[in-house]
Amino acid sequence: MPYLGGEETVRELKRALSNPNVQSEPLRYRNTVLRVVRAMSQGVNVSGLFSEMVKACATVDVVQKKLVYMFLCSYASLNPELSLLVINTLRKDCQDPNPMVRSLALRNMSNLRLPSLVEYVEQPLTAGLRDRAACVRRVAVLGWAKLYNLQPGSDIDAAVVNELYSLLRDPDPVVMVNCLRALDEILKEEGGVVINKPITHHLLNRMKECDVWGQCEVLRVLQRYRPQSDDELFDILSLLDASLVSSHPPVMAATLSLFLSLCADLPAVSLAAVERVSGPLLAACGSGSREMRFTALCHIQLLMRSVPGLMGPHFKRFFCGYAEPAYIKQRKMQIMVELVNDENVSMLLDELKGYCTDVNTDTAQAAITAIGRIGRSYSDRCLEILTGLLGLKQDHITSAVVQTMRDLVWVCPQSSDTVCSALEGCEETLQDSQGRQALLWLLGVYGEGVSSAPYTLEVFIDGVKSEVSSGVKMELLTATVRLFLTRPAETQDMLGRLLHYCIEEETDMCVRDLALLYYHLLKCGIEETRNVLQGRRSDPSLGVLIGRPADPISQWACSFNTLEPLKKGATETLTASRGSPEHEAPKPKTVVELSETLDCSHVHSDPPGSLSADQHSDSTADLPTTPLTLSLSPTISPEEFERLWLQCHSLLSEQDAEESNDFLQTEERIRCSAVLQRSPQILQAAMQLVNIQTLAFTPPCTLPWRVFFYTHTAGTPASSLILGELLYAGEADLQPAAQKDDEEAERKVDEDAAAGELKGREDGQVEVKVTLKQQPKDEKAVRAFLSVLSTVLHTLSSEKA
Amino acid sequence: MIRQLFILSSKGDPLLFKDFRGEAGDDVVNVFYQKVTALPGDQPPVVMAFRDLHFLHVRQGGLYWVATTTADASPFTIIEFLNRLAALVKDYCGGLSEKSVQMNFALIYELLDEVLDYGYIQTTSSDMLRNFLQSEAVSSRPFSLFDLSNVGLFGADTQQSKVAPSSAAARPIQAGREQGGRSEIFVDVVERMSVVVGSNGVLMKADVEGEIRIKCFMPSCSEIRIGLNEELSIGKSQLRGYGAAVRVDGCSFHQGVRLDEFDSHRILRLCPSQGEQTVMQYQLTDDLPTAPPFRLFPTIERDGTGRLILFLKLRCDLPPKSSAVNVCASVPVPKGAVSLSQELSSPDQSAELQSQNRAVAWQIPRLAGGTQLSALFKLDVPGLSSASMLEVGPVGLSFELPKFTATGLQIRFLRLSPVQPAPSQRWVRYVTHSDSYSIRI
Repeated sequence: MPYLGGEETVRELKRALSNPNVQSEPLRYRNTVLRVVRAMSQGVNVSGLFSEMVKACATVDVVQKKLVYMFLCSYASLNPELSLLVINTLRKDCQDPNPMVRSLALRNMSNLRLPSLVEYVEQPLTAGLRDRAACVRRVAVLGWAKLYNLQPGSDIDAAVVNELYSLLRDPDPVVMVNCLRALDEILKEEGGVVINKPITHHLLNRMKECDVWGQCEVLRVLQRYRPQSDDELFDILSLLDASLVSSHPPVMAATLSLFLSLCADLPAVSLAAVERVSGPLLAACGSGSREMRFTALCHIQLLMRSVPGLMGPHFKRFFCGYAEPAYIKQRKMQIMVELVNDENVSMLLDELKGYCTDVNTDTAQAAITAIGRIGRSYSDRCLEILTGLLGLKQDHITSAVVQTMRDLVWVCPQSSDTVCSALEGCEETLQDSQGRQALLWLLGVYGEGVSSAPYTLEVFIDGVKSEVSSGVKMELLTATVRLFLTRPAETQDMLGRLLHYCIEEETDMCVRDLALLYYHLLKCGIEETRNVLQGRRSDPSLGVLIGRPADPISQWACSFNTLEPLKKGATETLTASRGSPEHEAPKPKTVVELSETLDCSHVHSDPPGSLSADQHSDSTADLPTTPLTLSLSPTISPEEFERLWLQCHSLLSEQDAEESNDFLQTEERIRCSAVLQRSPQILQAAMQLVNIQTLAFTPPCTLPWRVFFYTHTAGTPASSLILGELLYAGEADLQPAAQKDDEEAERKVDEDAAAGELKGREDGQVEVKVTLKQQPKDEKAVRAFLSVLSTVLHTLSSEKA
Repeated sequence: MIRQLFILSSKGDPLLFKDFRGEAGDDVVNVFYQKVTALPGDQPPVVMAFRDLHFLHVRQGGLYWVATTTADASPFTIIEFLNRLAALVKDYCGGLSEKSVQMNFALIYELLDEVLDYGYIQTTSSDMLRNFLQSEAVSSRPFSLFDLSNVGLFGADTQQSKVAPSSAAARPIQAGREQGGRSEIFVDVVERMSVVVGSNGVLMKADVEGEIRIKCFMPSCSEIRIGLNEELSIGKSQLRGYGAAVRVDGCSFHQGVRLDEFDSHRILRLCPSQGEQTVMQYQLTDDLPTAPPFRLFPTIERDGTGRLILFLKLRCDLPPKSSAVNVCASVPVPKGAVSLSQELSSPDQSAELQSQNRAVAWQIPRLAGGTQLSALFKLDVPGLSSASMLEVGPVGLSFELPKFTATGLQIRFLRLSPVQPAPSQRWVRYVTHSDSYSIRI
């Protein structure tokens, strides 16, 4: 009925509405109006009935009035002239003795959204602000906000604003909250409602009267207030303490937001607040509503960035229910991975193992990836599970397992033997291109260990004509060339066939170019090829890295209690969990890999790269037999670091720096991208990759910007401890400091820096001062360390740029 | 701030649409529905973005309740609000379904008008709202002979009227006005269990989330007092009374609950407003006072012909007086299982192979405490290998335990304040649901 014959319905309704018999019977009249509104909400265009409905507006029946108003508000913009007729009825209703009728009329008058009617609405709205009934005042206050948004750019009436400010003291809490909302909209251009000390304290005192929604609104507005003294701040915090552990998640979240914004300079207080909300958040995770559970889970992930151990004792709460939707399961698994420790690892793995055979393939793959993540620290147990899963011979599981193994083996090369033996025979079940690419990569790199590798590749090469995915073809090329290097006799023939096909018949340019490149590379000789293709191996020490260092709260505080944490889909975290730098996207991958390997074989030309490479070769020339090894253990607490740092300082000031046997202090300058200072977490992660532990950061984008870090050097005659500081004091600091150093290598750096200064500003390069303190003294190690550090910084800068 | 709000049926028909700020295009609803249907599976993410609009939705009663908003809105607030709105609609219309929303759309529009103004939440308390709502709810419940069975011969009270029918609370709260609806109050103790039992029968995890809900059909109710078990202790250390202590880890209360007698006598005092509200929520983690309600003893074998044989014994460890209803055990089976033959211990049970979920669902309508059932399933699985046994994963149980609480929490008494204008009826009900009860094999 509603979709077909819409016109018929409209005509019939029109007849009924103008029928005097219907009009004389209130109940029939109301039912006819109801039918009109029903048709409207079902999508029929009933705008033709506007004039009849205007007439129907003059009635004493409140239900009918409401229905007609609803109709009029939807269609007023199409009939501005006829709407003028309604205004009279509405204005009359505004005088009605019944407050409900008054508020109804006032609300709909402001909802008509017709700029031409503004002049008629202002007077009733002004009267409405002083009405006896709270429900009329509530409507009137928001009415002003609607009015101002109707005429953007019009002058703001100071009298109205003052009146609204004074209504903040209204006895009705909803009127008060509405005033905040209305002022926020009206004064949008001036930054919203002004929150000064008296208003803050007034709002805080009246919070108890508000319902949940009002409290959230007040807490949101209060984020703008900056207390004048610490005493005031702590007074506010203690007032709000009860709502921090409120059983209503909205209030709890809004309160924490407020805490974090008030205590931005007091990390200890923020941390304490975060720990306090963990209880209510966990309770919300068990809420009956799935959506609420999901929201709470996403926010727990956010909190865990700063307090990784927050949910440690409650890891069982994150076990998935079997009927839960996939989006909740994936979040829970991500949290479970973060919570792994020696005691619970077997329980968590048992639980995750159960999800691997889930009906939902996304859930199954997420579970397998999660096991792979845990495998970085507990590789044996995880590989056992993963190998077992291969036996299921199901394509989506096998594909996910092979990809996970590839990522795992990159981080933990010591597990390559197990992976190699597991790979036999799984090519038959692999269907999707991602999985086959992973298998090919593994066969290429670890082909020596897989006895059937050449035969597997041969099957792929024989079927290359029917292969659709160019990613698979490129991976196949690389894998075959790599395998040729280790097992030439078995591979030579098929490599020839593959290259011939790819160069002569292939239509995809990327594949063809890659084949040509390998062809020419092979012509250059086997050693060159080996340098290019096997130059890049993963570092065994990567395997030690587990757990994320805690982020400062300020990094996520602004996105807490917004939609941001909910949006980051599983996809993003999935790529993040991929981890291994070699596998981003299939196409750029090969390019990156090649350029980097070429770099290592001294064919570099770009300035930042050459600098680091020069230094690198310098340092290796100095230390031909003992390469520098850095390690993080034993760990040093921030307090200990501070003590050692100051101790070095005082010792050095007492005696001459050069003559000390125990301590060494050097200063060095390194150019790097200014972007670094804005992303300390990237710097931190990068430093961890080379086993340098960062301890403290100044907040991003402040001057002077400092980073403190430490590491231990081993392998040199005796191991020593290096403490360091990166300092960027701003542009002004550069020139005088640049003349002090006298070492040749450093002068070179400085010249580079000075030259770079002129044109370097626009590409965001700045100079960072490095101060190093070492105990015991070992100059060679320091030199080597400096080159490592500068390489890290340069790599980061070039990646950022 | 909420920009638009709409309710869609599960098939995507718009049931209600309201634009609060006059900023919407007409196609918002369609955009949302296309986004939902474009996804595989039927579980879309809670937040979806389209240009600068963000859709947040909850699913209640098979309907999509969608709000559009800006990126900086609080998800906690909006989701809590949508849930609250659904509860209000349920209260006022007597139930949540496509039909009841369609029949009562005028009432719901009226409700929305009062609840939200210009996208700002005004109030959701049914005490305030009831003054403003004028439309009568249309009940969508079909006529049922069960309703008649409650009326005794010549109007006398029958035995049956002492037991409230399960649907008694599913009616509009304001319907009573001229029909002289009974003034009743329901107090429900509802618990949800999530349990993981290891393959060796050891309890790995047992959580209970419970709440006390009140559904009040009294036009005006001054104060009620709810007495809980006096030996109820809260937290790890606290112990009260002798005998078997009833313990919960933590609890929280509705704003309106006065707790002055809670510490001494475990009495909650409150003035309930019309409709449904949660008075108290509590959790218990890892420390059930009794044994978990179900144990499963599975035997899984492959026979020579490549068939998978599952022999399951399910024991119900409830006290003999209680029983579980609507028990369903879902046993994941290897992919590619084609046919199922079954031997069940009684005719009222049934089992079927759901190839969609790759599971055998074993339905048991009623299982009394202290009894044991067994079932033998033979599955034909082409290409069954020893590794396929891995796929016979954790068994999920869903059930309802009427008149039973897992924590042992009981309502000692429910007293209405002395002055009550009309005779009123009080009902106390207990039920424990399975949130997720999985038993590893």
